[in-house]
Amino acid sequence: MSETRFTDQHEWVRVDGAEATVGITKFAAEQLGDVVFVELPEAGRKVGAGGEAAVVESVKAASEVYAPVSGEVTAANAALTDDPAKVNADPEGDGWFFKLKGVEEAEFGKLMTKAQYDEFVKGL
Amino acid sequence: MADTSETLLKTPLHALHVELGAKMVPFAGYDMPVQYPAGVLKEHLHTREKAGLFDVSHMGQAFLSGADPAKALERLTPADVIGLKEGMQRYGLLLNDQGTIKDDFMFSKLAGEADMYLVVNAGTKEGDYAYIADKLEGAATVATRFDRALLALQGPMAGAVLERLSPGIDKLTFMKVVRATVAGCPAIVSRSGYTGEDGFEISIEGKDGERVARALLAESEVLPIGLGARDSLRLEAGLCLYGHDIDETVTPVEASLVWSIGKRRKMDRDFPAAEKIMDQVFNGVARKRVGILPIGKAPAREHTQVADKTGRVIGEITSGGFGPSLNAPVAMGYVETAFAADGTEIDLIVRGKPMPARIAPMPFVPHRYRRAI
Repeated sequence: MSETRFTDQHEWVRVDGAEATVGITKFAAEQLGDVVFVELPEAGRKVGAGGEAAVVESVKAASEVYAPVSGEVTAANAALTDDPAKVNADPEGDGWFFKLKGVEEAEFGKLMTKAQYDEFVKGL
Repeated sequence: MADTSETLLKTPLHALHVELGAKMVPFAGYDMPVQYPAGVLKEHLHTREKAGLFDVSHMGQAFLSGADPAKALERLTPADVIGLKEGMQRYGLLLNDQGTIKDDFMFSKLAGEADMYLVVNAGTKEGDYAYIADKLEGAATVATRFDRALLALQGPMAGAVLERLSPGIDKLTFMKVVRATVAGCPAIVSRSGYTGEDGFEISIEGKDGERVARALLAESEVLPIGLGARDSLRLEAGLCLYGHDIDETVTPVEASLVWSIGKRRKMDRDFPAAEKIMDQVFNGVARKRVGILPIGKAPAREHTQVADKTGRVIGEITSGGFGPSLNAPVAMGYVETAFAADGTEIDLIVRGKPMPARIAPMPFVPHRYRRAI
């Protein structure tokens, strides 16, 4: 059973058992435009909720990707290094950024549900 | 955030941009298309492969009249204006009294016409023309034509496309300029641009802007291109963006634009701060504008610090991003002259970490101007 939640910085985090996967939302990918570079965190790095965890760059601009929840990085999506366009092609699937372990349920539960996030984006 | 679109100026093509689904952004006081639905990458690559249409109507068009407008203009630029032949266009730098760069611009002599046709940058046009009018008072008069539209058609198929709408125009070679009829509308057409590709700039009455743009977009090779790709195209071509790569803090020598100073002008030393600038030509400058190629994949943006291999800061990036045609990051900036030689290894400080890079010759993508038929 997996569940996905969203931040107001346009990251998503999907918890599946003990592992959480993080990426940027379809809305964020569309706003950025063509992604040409990503900088991903190393495995073993501890990140705090709201802290800078990765960088995503389009032709024109660079943006930070924040960790939606605290945890320890277990893996980064190396495929993005060779093919950053995956972020635009499938932002909420193959275009994931990194995985975390040790995520606390209470922190995860504070984030927006899909319905809440869709409503949030509509208001922008 | 307050909606500022009400106060922004609109080019004659504004409604067309919106109709085409452009993402509009404020630029130099205008509401301009930064990209269309194709996106910056596709727009960039399409321009290098086929032909792209750019709305550059926000740029400052004007005519300079007087007894000898070319001679008058030479008071403010080190370019050879008097020597420009009829039917030709040339690039020049507008200098202030200190010899630093107030703007860069294009000037043209149309065949059989006494007035000179000028195009300056959008963000500086009001100030430039007030300055020119003031400095040349009694010798020349400026008539601004900010109501006119200016389109750029750029790319290897631009000649074939424009020939269909303006028979005979493809005979024009690089930096030539003529009055012509495009899609039935009177136009000033020059074979020039800001992408490094072959192409044209087409000046028309504002009321004809949309008609000519639609006629060009109806050709199968042409896509509309926004400011995003315009910037990545000119950066790969090594061309300066005013307010970023050149401004009133640098001289033509520091900016590596000595080629724009006329030979006669170098001998006569009759342009603003000529002694200072010629001293720099012969004795060198402390810093210079150079091309920079990062060795990794991470782009280095404007204001990124440049350091030597010991970590000492030796300069700054003034334009940097991703070059779609090279599929790699590209940049230009200023470095201490001792580090300005091609191939010099440097570091760029990106997010606090040194990233290896090299000084590299520009253009990064070879120019493909139509110099001869």
